[in-house]
Amino acid sequence: MRSPVSTLSLSLIGLVALLVMPWLVTSEYYINIASQIAIAAILALSLNLLVGWGGMISLGHAAYLGVAAYLSIYLTTQAGFGHLTGALIAIGATTGLAMIFGYLALRASGLGFLMITLALGQILWGVAYRWSSLTGGDNGLGGLKRPHPFGLNLMDPTTFYYFVLVFLGIALLCMARFMQSGLGQSLQGTRDQPRRMHALGYNVWLIQWLSFVFAGFWGAVAGLLYAYYNQFVSPQALHLTTSAETLLMVIAGGTGTLLGPVVGAALVVILKNVVSAYITRWLILLGVIFVVIVLFMPEGLVPGARRVLRALKNSPHTDKDADVSSIVRDRTQ
Amino acid sequence: MLCFRILLSTTVLATLALAPAQAAEPLKVGFMTVRSGALAAGGRQMEEGLKLCMDEHHGEMAGRKIDLITADTAGQPAVAKTKVQELVERDGAQVLIGPLAAFEALAIDDYIRQTKTPIISPSAAAEDLTQRKLNPWFVRAVGTSAQAHHPLGEYAAKDLHYKKIAIIADDFAFGHEIAASFQRTFEENGGKIVQKLWSPLNTAEYGTYITQIDPDVDAVFAAFAGGNGIKFLSEYKNYGMQKPVLGAMTTVDEGILKRMGSEAVGVISSGWYSAAIDTPANKKFVEAVRKAYGADPGYYTVGAYMACQFLNNALEQVKGDISNKEAFMKALRNVNIPESPYGPVKLDKYGQPILDITIRKVEKKDGRLQNVVIKTYPAVSQFWTYGADQFLKSPVYSRDWTPAK
Repeated sequence: MRSPVSTLSLSLIGLVALLVMPWLVTSEYYINIASQIAIAAILALSLNLLVGWGGMISLGHAAYLGVAAYLSIYLTTQAGFGHLTGALIAIGATTGLAMIFGYLALRASGLGFLMITLALGQILWGVAYRWSSLTGGDNGLGGLKRPHPFGLNLMDPTTFYYFVLVFLGIALLCMARFMQSGLGQSLQGTRDQPRRMHALGYNVWLIQWLSFVFAGFWGAVAGLLYAYYNQFVSPQALHLTTSAETLLMVIAGGTGTLLGPVVGAALVVILKNVVSAYITRWLILLGVIFVVIVLFMPEGLVPGARRVLRALKNSPHTDKDADVSSIVRDRTQ
Repeated sequence: MLCFRILLSTTVLATLALAPAQAAEPLKVGFMTVRSGALAAGGRQMEEGLKLCMDEHHGEMAGRKIDLITADTAGQPAVAKTKVQELVERDGAQVLIGPLAAFEALAIDDYIRQTKTPIISPSAAAEDLTQRKLNPWFVRAVGTSAQAHHPLGEYAAKDLHYKKIAIIADDFAFGHEIAASFQRTFEENGGKIVQKLWSPLNTAEYGTYITQIDPDVDAVFAAFAGGNGIKFLSEYKNYGMQKPVLGAMTTVDEGILKRMGSEAVGVISSGWYSAAIDTPANKKFVEAVRKAYGADPGYYTVGAYMACQFLNNALEQVKGDISNKEAFMKALRNVNIPESPYGPVKLDKYGQPILDITIRKVEKKDGRLQNVVIKTYPAVSQFWTYGADQFLKSPVYSRDWTPAK
């Protein structure tokens, strides 16, 4: 009974911390870093839907980030669309792309799925790199001005941070709701027992495809925010390293958990942008941290920390019964 | 009363004496380099060049101490954006030097305009930075992609009397711009580009491209960046190719020339700098670099070194006071260095230096390969002989510039 309450209070503390962050941190630089974390977290959350709950490991998730970013910048700066229509078309078209990619990639599972998503991602990268009349080639596209929704000035880092935070909140709510829904539950079923689910009369392919498209939609939202944040996009956004980095966030934070990808995103973004200022070889540090996570918390930071906390709480000094149960649990795990 | 007067006058004197002391607080200069990833070698040379210049000035310019803050952009546009924010917002950098790659410079372009931070580019060569996408806060200390290669096209047609040439170049903006500029002047002087091959930046093996080269050409123009020149030239020789090779500045840059052998000998290229330029200023510079780092200075070394000299020259014009950014920017665009490793420097009104372009030939001298100067085109503009207005009317050089015939 105790644990849901503590989870709730922990989330509340976290929420309050996120909201007051701009008052505690006065430097615009760190507020911008926080915005970046939130954007990366949305992308990681959407990938987590596939990896954690669907058991579909994708190496092409940068596709949605990049395509939505390219589309929104192209539509607003060159094709003459307004911000709102540009954003809606970008998200709609990117979700449409996810429908096609899902149709193609879900013909296979496991390693085959991974390779197809990788290939599709690389095709998009190649297109962005080569079709320079449209994408600016490796020079990228720039010149986007941040919009002014409801009279908010998004050029202000704090306002922008809250703007992104709202999207992160909605994303978290949607993910949580999705997991409780019948579709989310059956997605986990197809992950664990695809054949049994099939035998039970579920349309495994359709469940996976719908989840794939839903993930693509949130990838597109992340891409849109990415475009607003950077006001620039280049083929780097579509590159394999971006996909791999996102996957790393999910795995490091904890697959199949709601908060894991957020923690993972924070870890990677902070290492990449803040720690790298002090440590030249930050990539080695990232590698070391990842190895340590795999060694001591193979399930990821969030579930790992939960396990450690539980073990501490259930230590013999506080509760003998719980001690026994924890031993039993550990045995059975 | 007298006492009061003395007191007053001493106070005034003291205030006057204090004023310069206030102006002498350190000037914060943000420096963006690359320490990880594929571009790290160039980044290291930039750091060497910059350090050499800072040491030359004993860390002080126009009476102000220079506080240099270095950031690693990892050669990624999105990281470059974060790093420039870090430098400006957190560390309070007042002037920026960097970044290395053109796509990084383009990624931070909007931010530079927004914050109005003066920036000196030590390496990024993309044409449009000083042409069609002119940024009032941007000044470049190196040549544009095309600047050094317009003369080479003319030289190949007029002096070498080549008629048919095949181009092989890196498939990215820098390669496209170099190839197109060479093609333009070469064809205007009666030559013909019969073939254009584009190899990806990370090509592991050039065999498939070398075997495609038309056997009837008079020469091959190879435009490569990074370490690709090393791979291409050695494989070109291994395939038994006899046709002479013309190179872009970076194909046989001093930074990689030290890792090449006999295959590079005889390659004719053009550039806005060669370590072998025979002037007292350059000799002094090359000697200092050789002494400190045991190698000849190349593109990135001299680029960063000159960016730092630009800063010094502009600071001296405004006497170390950059509180008026507009005035400082004007000084930066007004940089005038009569003697430098790459010759006398003046900027055009687009913030791009007008440079002496040399035609160089790789020869073995003093036990090492050198880009020996065989001809100099003095004071070459980024617009070559076309004039700014006419030049800017046509779109920026790209992969699709006039196809090969």
